[in-house]
Amino acid sequence: MSKYLLDKFLFSVDRDPELTERYREDPVELVAWWEAELAGSLFNCIPHEKTTWLAFDEEERRALREHDHVALFAMGAHPFLTLTLFIALFERDHGPMEYQLAYARALDHVTQPYPDIST
Amino acid sequence: MAEVCAVIASTHHPFYYKTSTMPEAERPPFAAEWIAKIESFRETLTAARPDVLVMVGSDHFHQLWLDNMPQFLVGKAPFFDANFHNEEREFGLPKMRLAGQEDLAAHLLRDGLDRDFDLAFSNELRIDHSITCPIITLRPEADLPIVPVYTNIFAPPLPQPRRFVALGKAIREMVESWESHLRVAIIGTGHLSLELGGPRQFGPTGPDPVFDRKAVEWIASGDIDGCLAEVSLDSLHAPGNATHGFMDFMLMMGVAGEGVRADFVETVDLFHTMEAYFTWYPGGDPR
Repeated sequence: MSKYLLDKFLFSVDRDPELTERYREDPVELVAWWEAELAGSLFNCIPHEKTTWLAFDEEERRALREHDHVALFAMGAHPFLTLTLFIALFERDHGPMEYQLAYARALDHVTQPYPDIST
Repeated sequence: MAEVCAVIASTHHPFYYKTSTMPEAERPPFAAEWIAKIESFRETLTAARPDVLVMVGSDHFHQLWLDNMPQFLVGKAPFFDANFHNEEREFGLPKMRLAGQEDLAAHLLRDGLDRDFDLAFSNELRIDHSITCPIITLRPEADLPIVPVYTNIFAPPLPQPRRFVALGKAIREMVESWESHLRVAIIGTGHLSLELGGPRQFGPTGPDPVFDRKAVEWIASGDIDGCLAEVSLDSLHAPGNATHGFMDFMLMMGVAGEGVRADFVETVDLFHTMEAYFTWYPGGDPR
């Protein structure tokens, strides 16, 4: 399991409007493409300097493909990254604050301490 | 030597800009009180007649990332572009550009390293809403040069609260030892109790009003020892999962000094957070 790679996915998709839209429209395609093309991209280096060892496990792929923010929270993905990206994906389909409150209610079963987000 | 003309600590709320610039008829019911309190707060900086602003904030995974994460970083550049695509998208924040004060940045880096703070630096830093929010609330003309100081309150492992306080004390001393005739305001923003991305987010109040009241009293009275006795990296999880941003307030308590009561204190209860505003005048209240 790689909390770091989950965070890297959320970070890189959230900051790029084209990737955000692709993730909204076709998450299965985007997650597969991202893992093949961007998972090993070291953002501060030229494309040649690929990281060779980063990969999702199957449960992580599933959570990302299914836009499952509850599972991502349980895995210790950074909650700020997940929230910011998911607001960009879904707020537009709802009334003011409706999506953010539904997002919280889906996590009502969570008790403290929350999953560790250290990477 | 430079003079610290004001020390200011504040929450940073990314929706203030949108709330205060939308047509009055469309504003939410809490807007009028919020805007009036911000305008009073702004006067506390204006009255200090600053020439330079040291701005303490925290990048929210905009430029700084987990492949190379600094704990404390000083921006040294002639200019800082500001606000990121996802902040325009979510909060409606404008693109901005602020001038930098490179002499003071160089002084903070050299002096900080010599005081055993191993400060990182950036010569090309795009700053985010942790610094642009207080520019918008306190100095909307955005006409003064800044020195950004970023802290890591976001990506564990984090420095201990006492290191934030110690860095604040050091920043105060370092600014006061800068060979300059300029008047410097030191401004920092953080959070009281806050939850983002968890079950307690966006509730009718902040996630822990009891913590918020206690925190406001610690800050207003400069009770650094009392605060440090109760606050730890572990304890900050309980009031809300984003409450480690309170450590930027602790840094500012270090700047203001142990036992020094704030000259201006104001709070606003919003639907999911308590906003709080503090100003100290080290050389006496100019108002």
